[in-house]
Amino acid sequence: MAQRPRRMPNIQSIIGCIPMIAVSVGVFVICIIYSITLSFTNSKLFPKFDFVGLMQYERLWDTPRWIISVQNIWLYGVLVIGFNLIFGYLLAAFMDQRIKQEDTLRTIFLYPFALSLIVTGLVWQWMLDPNLGIEASMKNWGFGWFEFAPLSNPATAIYGVIIAGVWQGAGVTMAILLAGLRGVDAEIWKAARVDGIPTWRTYLFIVLPMIKGALATAFVLQCVSVVRIYDLIVAMTQGGPGIATQMPAVFVIEHITNRQNAGIGMAAATMMLLPIIVLLGVRGFFQWRSARNAKRLERAAVATGGLS
Amino acid sequence: MTAATSEWQASAVEPRVDAGPRGPKPRRVSIARIGIYAFLVMSAIYFTIPLWVMVVTSLKTMPEIRQGHLFAWPSELTFEPWVKAWAEACTGRDCNGLKPGFWNSVKITVPSVIISIVIAAINGYALSFWRFKGSEVFFGLLLFGAFVPYQVVIYPLIIAFREMGIFATLPGIIIIHTIFGMPILTLLFRNFFGALPMELFKAARVDGAGFWQIFVMIMLPMSVPIAIVAVIIQVTGIWNDFLFGVVFAGRENMPMTVQLNNIVITTTGIREYNVHMAATILTAAVPLAIYFISGKWFVRGIAAGAVKG
Repeated sequence: MAQRPRRMPNIQSIIGCIPMIAVSVGVFVICIIYSITLSFTNSKLFPKFDFVGLMQYERLWDTPRWIISVQNIWLYGVLVIGFNLIFGYLLAAFMDQRIKQEDTLRTIFLYPFALSLIVTGLVWQWMLDPNLGIEASMKNWGFGWFEFAPLSNPATAIYGVIIAGVWQGAGVTMAILLAGLRGVDAEIWKAARVDGIPTWRTYLFIVLPMIKGALATAFVLQCVSVVRIYDLIVAMTQGGPGIATQMPAVFVIEHITNRQNAGIGMAAATMMLLPIIVLLGVRGFFQWRSARNAKRLERAAVATGGLS
Repeated sequence: MTAATSEWQASAVEPRVDAGPRGPKPRRVSIARIGIYAFLVMSAIYFTIPLWVMVVTSLKTMPEIRQGHLFAWPSELTFEPWVKAWAEACTGRDCNGLKPGFWNSVKITVPSVIISIVIAAINGYALSFWRFKGSEVFFGLLLFGAFVPYQVVIYPLIIAFREMGIFATLPGIIIIHTIFGMPILTLLFRNFFGALPMELFKAARVDGAGFWQIFVMIMLPMSVPIAIVAVIIQVTGIWNDFLFGVVFAGRENMPMTVQLNNIVITTTGIREYNVHMAATILTAAVPLAIYFISGKWFVRGIAAGAVKG
């Protein structure tokens, strides 16, 4: 990038970029500031600039529906991301063993990702149906003790959603991590084999740290989709039974549409923005640090080069 | 920010998936190999079961479904649920099936895909060859937008669209998809054009070609491969969208996913699971067809497209 010379500003180029400028400033700056500002007002259906300080935030954290949403998204996030990364890495490592039919298997593991979350949600809702789903089928096969209908019980409903989340996301994680594995230098494998390190240890302790980039990509990807989870809940449980599977994204949409309480909805939306900003900040910090280290190494190399 | 995303891009544009397996060469059938295959086959079954259940349920009659054999192949095949799902299923008072939703989705998807890709291609081209003061700042903001939860910007957009009179209209939903497709597509095109040799651009400049001439005559014809990836990302993404459809499309332009959900949650009358599953397959058919036809192209789009979620 550095070798590209700075040119005179070209008016055509700016004209061509008007949509980009409008969206980047209009939507991703002004709209976000507007939302955050409204979270300090008592807006109902329409925006109103009556500032009430932190009242909406106090109300928000007093609302059981929101507390449950936050608990749910942590539980869902930790379990789904954890399962997807572990399951995805297992699949990727096993797919890396000169498997016959690799393409077929990859097609099978990945197709759920092409589906709408509405489709995923409806299918799993049907399979987990307490009267006609997996449970009934197993009972008909003679397993009378078999119980598997998480969605009908408030205590377990979120785990039903997690099953669908893993089904949708494990294949993508596998694809990203497999691409990472294929990028590892063959010499590493030779060296590990010469040293007599068992394959599983190589995968766990040598290769895994080497595919940090792919892991980070998969992780960030999962985080973004977890924070945004909306469709899956709407299709599978509508937030129920009761409010057992409420999520922040559902909470916000409900408050700006049906419940006509934009103030508290925007307070909730602002809370949703926080983890993303923290995540980006952490990632930015690590990039800044590695760039600084690289620069130091370079300088050191130049210095020693000058001496010899 | 830029470095963060160029990593993603590396795996998106240059998939190392084709590079060939790296594991140790198998010599003979060992217990470990059997274990590996057993794990992979079990996983494959876990991934295929929902598809199987969808298909067999959609081909059963309601009395047979009530017997509770979820996984069994239908004892008497019926295609009536498919006909019903397509043309007769009810959402509230309207009983036209999924058909209107399908055509609405087509009307939303086609223009959205074309407009968003053209804009993103211009953005990527300008960001690679015609930088102006602040262009990188706008690009940085756009990338930030790729991570922002939609809920943070939806309400202001509703207000703005209402003011402009395009809330709950076809142009409105098309603009929404163009906005939210822009971050990832711009990134895709920027990295593609950024990898092209600068000499190409300079030669055209020497010959006196301007911004638009170079774009149309030289850059567009070269960007066919990346445009295919972009089309795959956008068609599946927009077809599968639910949130924007339900908020911005309005009753007349309800896309297929929204209509599907409405058909299933309609509580009047008995719940016809076979019709629901047929409707679900019909809604999934377009992205699935794209997935199976495009194969490796789809994998290329994933690292980039998945960010959209």
